[in-house]
Amino acid sequence: MNPYNYLYVAGLLFTIGAVGVVVRRNAIVVFMCVELMLNAANLTLVTFARINGTLDGQVVAFFTMVVAACEVVVGLAIIVTIYRTRRSASIDDASLLKR
Amino acid sequence: MVTSTSLVYLIALPLFGAAVLLLAGRRSDKWGHLLATALSASSFGVGLYQLSQMLARPTEERAITQKLFSWINVGTFNVDAGLLLDQLSICFVLLITGVGTLIHIYSISYMSHDENRRRFFAYLNLFIAAMLLLVLGNSYLNLYVGWEGVGLASYLLIGFWNQKPAYATASKKAFVMNRVGDMGLSFAIMIAFATLGTVSFSGVEEASHTASKAALTAIGIMLLVAATGKSAQFPLQAWLGDAMAGPTPVSALIHAATMVTAGVYLIVRSNFIFDAAPTAQLLVVIVGAVTLMFGALVGTAKDDIKKALAASTMSQIGYMVLGAGLGPAGYAFAIMHLLTHGFFKAGMFLGAGSVMHGMNDQVDMRRYGALRKFMPITFATFGLGYLAIIGVPPFAGFYSKDAIIETAFNAGGLKGILLGSTALLGAAITAFYMTRVMVLTFTSKERWEENQHPHESPLLMWLPMAILAIGSVTTGFLFTRGHALVNWLSPVVGEHAEGEKVLLQPMVVSGLALLAVIIGVGIAIAKYQLSDVESVAPQDVSIFTKIARKDLMQDSFNEAVFMRPGQALTTLLVQGDEKVIDGAVRGVAATALGAGSTFRRTQTGFARSYAALILIGAIALIAAIWVVTQ
Repeated sequence: MNPYNYLYVAGLLFTIGAVGVVVRRNAIVVFMCVELMLNAANLTLVTFARINGTLDGQVVAFFTMVVAACEVVVGLAIIVTIYRTRRSASIDDASLLKR
Repeated sequence: MVTSTSLVYLIALPLFGAAVLLLAGRRSDKWGHLLATALSASSFGVGLYQLSQMLARPTEERAITQKLFSWINVGTFNVDAGLLLDQLSICFVLLITGVGTLIHIYSISYMSHDENRRRFFAYLNLFIAAMLLLVLGNSYLNLYVGWEGVGLASYLLIGFWNQKPAYATASKKAFVMNRVGDMGLSFAIMIAFATLGTVSFSGVEEASHTASKAALTAIGIMLLVAATGKSAQFPLQAWLGDAMAGPTPVSALIHAATMVTAGVYLIVRSNFIFDAAPTAQLLVVIVGAVTLMFGALVGTAKDDIKKALAASTMSQIGYMVLGAGLGPAGYAFAIMHLLTHGFFKAGMFLGAGSVMHGMNDQVDMRRYGALRKFMPITFATFGLGYLAIIGVPPFAGFYSKDAIIETAFNAGGLKGILLGSTALLGAAITAFYMTRVMVLTFTSKERWEENQHPHESPLLMWLPMAILAIGSVTTGFLFTRGHALVNWLSPVVGEHAEGEKVLLQPMVVSGLALLAVIIGVGIAIAKYQLSDVESVAPQDVSIFTKIARKDLMQDSFNEAVFMRPGQALTTLLVQGDEKVIDGAVRGVAATALGAGSTFRRTQTGFARSYAALILIGAIALIAAIWVVTQ
């Protein structure tokens, strides 16, 4: 199977994630879209590792997974806290830093 | 040259007194005036001792020096703080400390009711120290320190009663006008250093033989500017009349006998420069001649006794400057007139103070009259000074002023005739206005205000007046006997070649001068003794009198020519500062603020718009890389 097809899938996933981040308001959905983008990047790394026949990309993918796991813990905690105080999970309501 | 270690005591003693009195404060109120007087007197004692030592040495070894410390030591420029006592300085040392001590004694009584008497004596001692440094410094730079010191003391003493705004203004006026002259002195020192490479008297004298005439002329003119400021000569004369705001002993010591003669000292001390720079020397005689007429004319119109005497001082210093501008022939006579003037003018100022003391501080001569009967001692001492200043033989002023008039006539050519006639006319006017002062104060009818009880002053006040009066009688004769002073000063100021062609014989000049005096006295007696004098100055007088009463418009002139344009210039500069410089600074700040508030709008706080911007940026970056690498 042509390994370049994996790259197309990764590009599609990344685009879906990016569009989701920009257009969706719900913080949970935005968060999931970010995960989608991270996994698209992971897929790209693994694919290139396969194409080039080296292990470098595979190793970096593991790092990305660890970072993504940590990020999920912290990010979900923040979203839950915001929801508790503001009764809303809309990302546009949390715009307090502008002033 | 002989060195000495005791010269410094001349200055240190009064300086110590000033320091003690100023630092001890009110604790020294009880004995401060006595300490100050004792220290001034002991400085006079040191001066007498130095004179006796000097007389014991042969002529060429009379000048002595003392190096105090190495002051400036930069590359090839070395200045020692050093003192020089020679035949010229000793005259001044004895005049300053002698007259100074007498005025200290007088002030003990005159200032006895003033609660700040101690401070007054501290300033007097400070003045004595600074003036001694001025005449004892062995370089222009050392002289400059004393020059500024006497300016400071003069400022402090003119404004001694600074609770009166007019007096405080007078002291500021004196200080500012003196600064103009001081600038001349500093320029002279700078030019001397730049062109001659030295600022010591001996060094400049040596270098003046080979220096360019232009440099010497520049130095000479700058020194003349300095002299006009300190000595109240035209065109920097306007401060002296207002300086009479100070207590009368100050007027006697600083603004008659000593400080105002510093300019004459400076010119005579720099004789080697002026002898080599005829243009500067010509300016000196012009300044002297103009001022002697200026002062005399102002003196005729003044009703304030102290201002009349101040105008007279200005005029007499004009004579000295005239004498000093006549070269080796005149230096000694300038100094002689300076010394005799120190006696008779100080005595007359003290007499004026005594009159004011007896008349409740009234200074308007139109409110005096007939004081002869009530103040016989003041009348006698003032009268002797009067006879001396108008030049009646055998009183002191006759010898000294006559010598200057005669030297002026013999200056040669048209210049001699002009200068001599001016001096002669000045002598007639001097006789007129001094007789006016004398008649209005002592011999005319009473024109007192009510509740006046004139009385003679106490012993401590009339004793110094009596001693100064004796000096006014005798000094002229003593100085001229066997050309004593001329021979004494010749090692410093140079010999005057005898046997030149003379325009007028001494006897003729004396006769003319006496005639001028008689005319002046006669007019004054006819005008003020034989006819009634109004007790309020009449206003329907000729335009000339009005102008003379306003000091020949000196203040209006200064105001119109220097003060107003100066103010306009400062206003312009202030506006330039505020509009241009401050405007630029404020403009930068306003630009930054405006830019900030404009760009702040891009920070919306919406996480999604930031994300979109990051995305657009990333896409743009990738596109750029793609375009470049294709």
